[in-house]
Amino acid sequence: MALQLRRKTDESVVYIDRDSAPRILASGMDFILEDLPVGTRVIYPNPPIKGLANREAAIRYALNHPHGCDPLFAQLEPGMRVTIAVDDISMPIPPMKTPDIRQTALEILLDMLHGHGVDDIHIIIAISLHRKMTPAEMKRMVGQRIWDDFYPDRYYNHDAEDTNNLVLIGETKHKEPLRMNRRAAESDLLIYLNFNFVPMNGGHKSVGVGLCDYESLRAHHNPNTIRASHSYMDPAGSELARVIGRVGKIADEHLNVFHIETTVNNYIFGSEMGFLTKNEDDFSAFDRMKYEGMRFAMGKLPRPAKCAMYNSLKSSYEMIACHAGKTDPVHDRIIAKSMDQYVIPIQGQADILICPVPDMSPYSINSILNPLLVQVMALGYHFNMYRGKPLLKEGGALILHHPCTDEFDHDFHPSYIEFFNRLLPETRDANALRDKYEQEFANNPSYVEMYRRGNAYHGSHPFFMWYWGESGRQHAGHIIAAGAENAHVPAIMGWERADNLTEAISMARGYMGNSAQITMLHQPVIAIADME
Amino acid sequence: MAAAAFYDLEGTLVSTNLIHTLGFYARNQPGLMRSFRMSAATLLSLPMFALTDQYSRKVFNDLYFKRYKGVSEDRLRYLADDLFEKILKPAVFPGTYELLEKSRSLGLRQVVVTGALNVSVKPLMEHLGITEYVANQLEFVNGVATGRLLPPVMAAATKASWIRVYAEREGLSLSDSYAYTDSMSDLPMLSIVGHPAAINPDMRLRQTALHHDWPVLNLK
Repeated sequence: MALQLRRKTDESVVYIDRDSAPRILASGMDFILEDLPVGTRVIYPNPPIKGLANREAAIRYALNHPHGCDPLFAQLEPGMRVTIAVDDISMPIPPMKTPDIRQTALEILLDMLHGHGVDDIHIIIAISLHRKMTPAEMKRMVGQRIWDDFYPDRYYNHDAEDTNNLVLIGETKHKEPLRMNRRAAESDLLIYLNFNFVPMNGGHKSVGVGLCDYESLRAHHNPNTIRASHSYMDPAGSELARVIGRVGKIADEHLNVFHIETTVNNYIFGSEMGFLTKNEDDFSAFDRMKYEGMRFAMGKLPRPAKCAMYNSLKSSYEMIACHAGKTDPVHDRIIAKSMDQYVIPIQGQADILICPVPDMSPYSINSILNPLLVQVMALGYHFNMYRGKPLLKEGGALILHHPCTDEFDHDFHPSYIEFFNRLLPETRDANALRDKYEQEFANNPSYVEMYRRGNAYHGSHPFFMWYWGESGRQHAGHIIAAGAENAHVPAIMGWERADNLTEAISMARGYMGNSAQITMLHQPVIAIADME
Repeated sequence: MAAAAFYDLEGTLVSTNLIHTLGFYARNQPGLMRSFRMSAATLLSLPMFALTDQYSRKVFNDLYFKRYKGVSEDRLRYLADDLFEKILKPAVFPGTYELLEKSRSLGLRQVVVTGALNVSVKPLMEHLGITEYVANQLEFVNGVATGRLLPPVMAAATKASWIRVYAEREGLSLSDSYAYTDSMSDLPMLSIVGHPAAINPDMRLRQTALHHDWPVLNLK
């Protein structure tokens, strides 16, 4: 039995045996140890692909050898109007150590543009309806030199509510409009610099979503599109990607867009914290010491200090590919490379899926993971990390592990608070929420002003977060919040609650049977389960 | 059902407060000596104004409007346009125009409820395109201010009462209405609408807004 359980289908898939070490569960800002039942399948991230030795050279090569169009230098003319749109701080997670890939690419791009007599350049952060980046974040992303030269007049956040600076580009035959940033649309050349972190990013989503307004976004960010996506992390099976592709093609038809896409390996923590992504059975004494030291320190810190320390973590991702040119050929190549890093072949669906949820999310950088974001990470991101069919059987039990603290960031997520406290107690039906309340929130003057003048996510954003979890919510038969410090957050979310993982597994086995197959995603992990 | 957006004015939509207005009138009295005397008196009263404002808005109003005693109605009207051009118009927050525009686009009635003097705010209201507003009115006898206000005195709970009566009269739904203010003294006004928000709030209002999970806006 033990030998059978130890069989390896992949280096990243480990089966728990009688003599296996306890596993580290990343739950909120804590890393706790749990003994898992024998036979549990634990999925670890793939080993990192070796990063490119000279990323500057790789970027230059991509600009000079684009796919489907002339090299960038051949498209430049003195005096032309150029806009460079860049992805925002939501990717990667956590933010990477400086210099950010965007800084490196921008420095190369700007040198090339200036060298060809192009001086009318604006850099726009394609935030769509995300929060505006703070000046400190903007400076960190591009470095001192670009900051000094461009901020604030020529380096700024996109504003999806600035109606005077939005322009209607067109509409698909399915009546999906694309209204986008006027400066970008009216430039002679729009260069989009993408940071492809998960396979959902990039491609037509860059221009079609990053620079659009609310009305354009709601055409595809809705519950039905999400329900029809299997999954939205797999472009081939994603209805969301298909609809956005239609919208993006309008942009390609009307604008001169030069795409630059980059992707990274999953070398998240570097050598210091690398033990967090390692199989616990292979821990050295030094790894154990580092883990115990970290657990002790984090356990003693008050919550604000812990939060500050957690947010100060920076990632060590390395660039593994860069391509440039027309949207589709560039994106196809980047996705292929990204899949090389993330795909793990998995045999058989799980009856019980354990998703520990660390406080890491695209929407909580320099902030906290509020209950809606816990929901989107477990039922949205982690659930959708599959190709073919979900890792969890239909009607199976999903156990998320997080304290579910009832805490929201008033500056970044003000509309989330009203959504959580006022709307969810009334209904959790995503379509009902969309029909009845989405536009009210989107047009709430207070939320609009907080988005425009502050650093708040758009008033409609909590709805999209709820839709993002729709597939997981519809698919799972039972959702259990293990380790939740209160009862009301799971109740409002429609989840069952358990004090700890052991209790949650007992509850899940009560539904799925004692011989239920249990799988755990070892967090933090970015992995696409390639289901056979 | 129709709804409205109710705004406090000073500190909320414009950066000035009542003292700026009083200071302007004091500086522009007929005669150098009279201007000097009134300006000096205003200056010396500042600590007292600050203290009483913390204690009670009613006591503050009683003391503050006494400073207008003896000023002619003609003079106030004559200086109103100048006050608007030199003091109030430059003090309008950049975000004010956006907030009003967005709010109007939702079909909300725009109503300003302010403790400032009606004669002073009229040009500003015209500039902002607001036709519905209520402000305080000085009592005049033979064209000269007595230093007292005519009731109802717009402050604190009175603003909330006025809004309730106004909403009932106009058939407005308060639960669908919005209210914006910068000051803790306007808490009653925020408490009676469905969508309260603090704008550039003082410390006490900020804490209250965070406690109640109300949006906190910065229009600067």
